[in-house]
Amino acid sequence: MPDSPHMTRRQFVTVIGAAISTFIGVVVGLPAIAYLLSPALEKQTGESWIPLGPLEKYPLNQPTLFTFTRTKKHGWEKTVNSYGVFVLRTSETQVRVFSNVCTHLSCRVTWKADLQEYICPCHDGHFAIDGSIISGPQPRPLDEYETKIEDGNLFILLKEA
Amino acid sequence: MFRRLFEWLDERLGLTGIHDVVLDRKVPKVNWWFTLGSASLFLFLLQGITGIFLTVYYVPSPDHAYDSVQYIMNEVRFGWLIRGIHHWGASLMVLVVFIHMLRTFFYAAYKYPRELTWLSGVILLLATLGMGFTGYLLPWNQRSYWATTVGTEIAGTVPVVGPFILSVLRGGSELSAITLARFFAVHIWFLPALIAATIGLHLYLVIRLGISHIPDESD
Repeated sequence: MPDSPHMTRRQFVTVIGAAISTFIGVVVGLPAIAYLLSPALEKQTGESWIPLGPLEKYPLNQPTLFTFTRTKKHGWEKTVNSYGVFVLRTSETQVRVFSNVCTHLSCRVTWKADLQEYICPCHDGHFAIDGSIISGPQPRPLDEYETKIEDGNLFILLKEA
Repeated sequence: MFRRLFEWLDERLGLTGIHDVVLDRKVPKVNWWFTLGSASLFLFLLQGITGIFLTVYYVPSPDHAYDSVQYIMNEVRFGWLIRGIHHWGASLMVLVVFIHMLRTFFYAAYKYPRELTWLSGVILLLATLGMGFTGYLLPWNQRSYWATTVGTEIAGTVPVVGPFILSVLRGGSELSAITLARFFAVHIWFLPALIAATIGLHLYLVIRLGISHIPDESD
């Protein structure tokens, strides 16, 4: 049909074939991209108040380590994360709670009562009792938690990134 | 611009030659039953692609297999779609490959000179059924566990060598982590490699020998 104003059969099949292929490609291809990116697109933030027990059990002006674990779900698996915080009770009703994670490279700091300092063993970071920097490579003071006291019980606000 | 690029590529890759030999073949007047080979190939590619995607999240271990499938179905975006295509595509592929075989049989297309095409098709049909058998265990739910228990038990009823076949299939005397791992390996490596290679031979023969016409009174 050289002079026909209409499409040839071959042209028709080509166009329909390309259209169907494109449709299948889009319907399967775009969800496939979302499928691969899925875990990165999930928001994993959460806030929760962690109970640390009665405030009165913590001694005055002496940082005391409190540890707890939180279970986090990663796809088909649950991971238990350990947390450690130093509770510093400054008066009968006032308290400050610091993370024991060094702000340099995330080693754990320990309280040395004889020096009255927190010391990070990894790169010799020294922090004062209020978490401020004394010496070492750390860029900022120890992270502090928001606290609240309800019926004499201490709580901290844990923000999971 | 595109024409010159195409000509540059064509001169080096011989694209026009490939097109003429592979796609622009002379074929007798045929009907819709003759599309089932292409449909089988399409389904194989679709199963391959969705299968590759499933391995991103699936874990072939008894303590995680079931949970990872649940994760794909309920939490991964479009996981239900990818697994759904793989699940239904599997049943459809067995169906299409089987009807493709029936068409070849009833049109007597397996005769001289196409015996090897038929024999390679036998391998492809059996390998496809093997894919179904091994894939069925992977979700590691009650149905797949007991289906594989029964299936391997049936293989074990072969006289003399039955118990040996049974322990080879299971990787021991009972269904275990070893069974799951070897079914997974066979499902994603051994059989797909066999099928891909055999499809290559099958298509080479189809292109070399051409396809047979529908039998008429002269046959």
